[in-house]
Amino acid sequence: MMQDDTNTQGHLGYRLVARALLKDMIVLASVIFLVVLIFSAVFAEFVAPYDPLLPNIFANRLPPLSYAKGLDGTESIHLLGTDALGRDILSRLIYGARASIFVALVSVFVSGVLGTCLGVIAGYYGGSVEAVIMRAVDAFMAVPSLLIALFVLFIIGGGLVNMVLIFALVRWVVYARLARGIALSLKEAPFVEAAKALGASDLRIMFRYIFCNMLSPLLVLATLEVALLVLAEAGLSFLGFGLLPPEPSWGLMISRGREYMRDAWWMITFPGLAIFLTTLSFNLLANWIRAISDPAQRWRWLK
Amino acid sequence: MKINSALNVYIFKRLINSLILLVVVMSMVFFANRQIGDPARMVLGNGASEEAVLALRTQMGLEDPMVQQYGRFLVGLATGDLGQTFRFGLSNSMGQGGDVSAMDTLPIAVERLPATIFLAGATILFAVIVALPLGVYASVYPRSPPDRIISVLSLAGVSIVEYWFALILVLVFAVQLAWLPTSGYGSFFHVILPALALSLRPMGRITQIARSTILDELAKPYITAARGRGIPMRRIAIFHALKNAAIPIVTTIGDETINVITGVIIIETIFGWPGIGSLTVDALSIRDVPLVEATVFLLVIMVLSINLLVDLTYALLNPQLRIR
Repeated sequence: MMQDDTNTQGHLGYRLVARALLKDMIVLASVIFLVVLIFSAVFAEFVAPYDPLLPNIFANRLPPLSYAKGLDGTESIHLLGTDALGRDILSRLIYGARASIFVALVSVFVSGVLGTCLGVIAGYYGGSVEAVIMRAVDAFMAVPSLLIALFVLFIIGGGLVNMVLIFALVRWVVYARLARGIALSLKEAPFVEAAKALGASDLRIMFRYIFCNMLSPLLVLATLEVALLVLAEAGLSFLGFGLLPPEPSWGLMISRGREYMRDAWWMITFPGLAIFLTTLSFNLLANWIRAISDPAQRWRWLK
Repeated sequence: MKINSALNVYIFKRLINSLILLVVVMSMVFFANRQIGDPARMVLGNGASEEAVLALRTQMGLEDPMVQQYGRFLVGLATGDLGQTFRFGLSNSMGQGGDVSAMDTLPIAVERLPATIFLAGATILFAVIVALPLGVYASVYPRSPPDRIISVLSLAGVSIVEYWFALILVLVFAVQLAWLPTSGYGSFFHVILPALALSLRPMGRITQIARSTILDELAKPYITAARGRGIPMRRIAIFHALKNAAIPIVTTIGDETINVITGVIIIETIFGWPGIGSLTVDALSIRDVPLVEATVFLLVIMVLSINLLVDLTYALLNPQLRIR
C-alpha cells in the first residue's frame, strides 16, 4: 500500500503538478513571486538597478518614483524611493532578499538533515539512543527558539554564519520529532519486515524504506520552516542581533526606517511587505504541497 | 470533581521535569554569560585601574573558583536571589558621580511581570474570541467561498511581520488618525495596538487548527447520529464537535501563548511597554549580564507554567483522565 502511494506520487509528474498549479490562482501567484524573488536574489548584481551600499547625499529620503541626480551628474530613477542615506530601496530589497533567502534555505537544509537523521535513528533503534535524543528535543521544545537565538547571538555576535548556525541549532528538533514519529510507525510495516528478511542492512532500511517514505511530510515541514526562518532572521536583525549594518537586510531596513517613518513611510513599508509576501508565499506553497502530496486530497486539485 | 492519583503522579512528574529543565537552562545561561568578558571591567569601563577592577571582582565573587561560583548561583536560584546589577541603576541615572550601587535583579524583573501578563492575556483573549467562531464557521461550510477567504486570511495572519505591522498600525491609527496613543502604558487604549499587532498570528493558527480538527470530528458517526435527530449543523459543530476537538485547540492556544511571550520582546520595545520583553532588550543592549539572567529566568518560568497549565487543562477536558 505504502509503496503504491509513493509510486503514484512518483508518477505525479511535472504535468500533473503544472495542472494542479494552474487550477489555483493564489498558489500560482505565490510560486511566481518566489521564482522572481529567488532569481533576483541569485542574480542581484544584474537585477538590482543600483549599488545597494552607495549613498547619495543629494537624494536622501526620496519618495517612490522619483528622479535624482548623482554626484557625477548621472540621473537615476528610484522606483521605491531612497533611504536616509540616499541609497536605492529597490536595490537594497533585492540584496536583502539574497541574505534572507540564503540564511533561511541554508539553515533549513542543515537543521533538516541533522534533525531527520537523528529522528530516524531515534525511531528506528529506540531504547536509550531514542531516550537521549528525545530528551534533547523536549528540552529545546520547552524554550522558545527565538529566545534561545536572541540569547546565543548576544553571546557570540550576529552575522550571516552565526545566524545559520544558531537556526540549525534551535530548529533541528522539529524535524527530529516528525521523523521519529514516522520511523516508529514505518519500522513495523510489512515492507520493512520483508526487506529485513531479505537481509537489507540497517542503513539501507533507514534510507531506502523509512527516509524515502517520509519525503513529502518533510518537504511540507521544510517549506513551513523557510517561512518561519525568513521571519526570524528579519526579527533578529530588526532588534540588532542578526545581520550587521551596512549589510542590506529587510529587518535592518525596517529598524533604520523607523526613525523616519512619520515622513518617509516607504522606508518601512516596502521591506515589511517583502518579508510578509515571502513568508505568505512559502506558507501557501507548503499548504499546497501538503494537499497535492496527499492522494486522498489530490483529486480535488486535479479535477 | 475528583482528580485521580495517576493524574496527580503525572502532574507531579511534569512539575519535576519543568524544574529540572529550568535549572538546566539557567546553568547554560550562567556558563554562557561567563564567556563574554569581565563583568567588573564592563561596570568600571576601560579607564579603570587594575586594582579597582580586582577589588570589584573580589566584591562580586568573581575571584572565587568556578565551582564555588556555580554553587552560589544554584543556591541563589533556589532562594530567588539572582545576583545584583551594577549597570541598570547606573544607566538610568546617566552615570552621575560614578557611584557604583548594586540592585537586586529579580525584583527589577518581577516588577515588569504584570504588564507583560496583561498584554499577552489581552492578545490571546482577543485572538481566541475571533478565531474560534471563524474556525467553526469554516468547518461547517468547507470549501465554500467564505471558507476559502478564511483560510487565505488565516495564512496571512500566520505570515504577519508583527513589528512591521505594529509600526504600520502606529503610523495609521496613532500618527495619521490620532485615535490611539503611539506608545506607553496605563489606560485601556494603550493595549489596543500592541495586542492587535501580536494577535494576528495566534488568530490565524487557532483558526486553522479549529477548522481542521472540527472538520475531522464532523466526519464521525456520532455527528451523523446527531444530524439524524434533526439538530442543526451549526449547533452540532459548536456543542458536540468543538467539545471533542478541544484538546488540539487548547494545545495550539498554549503554543501560541508561548509564541506571544516571545513576540512580546519585540512589540514591547516598539510601544515602550514596561514589561519583561522591553527589559530584556534593554538589558541585552547594555550588556547587563545579571539582569539578562533574571529576565531569561522569568521568561522561561512563564513558558514552563503555560505548558503545565495546558497539561492541567487536558485533565479537565478529558474525563478519562480524571474519573476514577
